[in-house]
Amino acid sequence: MLLIPCPYCGPRSEEEFSYGNEAHVPRPKEPEKLNDAEWAEFVFIRSNVKGVFLERWVHSHGCRRWFNVARDTVSYEILAVYETGAKPPKLEMRRAV
Amino acid sequence: MVEAYLRQSPLAHLGLDGRAEASRGAAGVTLAERPHRGMVNLRLDPSDETAMNAFAEAFGFTLPTQPNTTAGNGEASALWLGPDEWWIVSPSPGPGAGPDLADKLRAALADRFAAVTEIGEGRTCIRIAGPKARALLQKGCPLDFHPRAFGAGQCAQTLLAKATVAIHLSADESAAEGPVFEVYVLRSFAEYLWLWLEDAGREYEVTVIA
Repeated sequence: MLLIPCPYCGPRSEEEFSYGNEAHVPRPKEPEKLNDAEWAEFVFIRSNVKGVFLERWVHSHGCRRWFNVARDTVSYEILAVYETGAKPPKLEMRRAV
Repeated sequence: MVEAYLRQSPLAHLGLDGRAEASRGAAGVTLAERPHRGMVNLRLDPSDETAMNAFAEAFGFTLPTQPNTTAGNGEASALWLGPDEWWIVSPSPGPGAGPDLADKLRAALADRFAAVTEIGEGRTCIRIAGPKARALLQKGCPLDFHPRAFGAGQCAQTLLAKATVAIHLSADESAAEGPVFEVYVLRSFAEYLWLWLEDAGREYEVTVIA
């Protein structure tokens, strides 16, 4: 069980949260020009990182806010937590695995 | 708005009044329902000083901006839910509760960017008190209820026995009957949570009080 530091409520148990998958997936600028394959790429295809992964979580049974988490997918260690809309933490926070 | 004479608490069918003991006796935990509280959800940008001051002027206390804390007086209390969200709760039903509470907020924040939503009819409040109250909650909730970690006036939205709740510690060990928790739960979960509490509290000789 992860202890996730919600940027608003403080550290809480993982069971209070829901997972939102990869963060910073850019929305297509001109969606009407996308073909089916490109839509599928945007909607379904996510990276499968071994190491530091930037992902979204929502504190669904707490403050109900979305936020971003930088988590090591090997050790499950949470390296940083930052608000939605903020830039991801600097590269030196990321560790090679 | 439900007519007052038609109102039933979500635990009415459990006949809690008939089971209520006059005193705690040797019980480690006491349970009681506190139904029909006025509850209003308030969304407001805390950096809007005019609105924050208007609230303080109308209610006589300042909205808490520290996470997981509460503020209040005898007439109403405010529970911090998020960086721009609170519950305003009136401790007893009757005048000043529900619609009156919402009207008072709407009048105070009339020209400000804020949202006032009455939510009390969808929830009830279960009061859990006694020296073993912390131990009882700890059985179904991952939060740390040690007095050092969860003190008087603190609140948290979390899961209790898998039910989404808001927990408010209104008095700590300094109270004569021990810590007093007020647990707000959706009415569709109320019976489930009450039965869970009675079951989990058996080893503490849980007693129903008025």
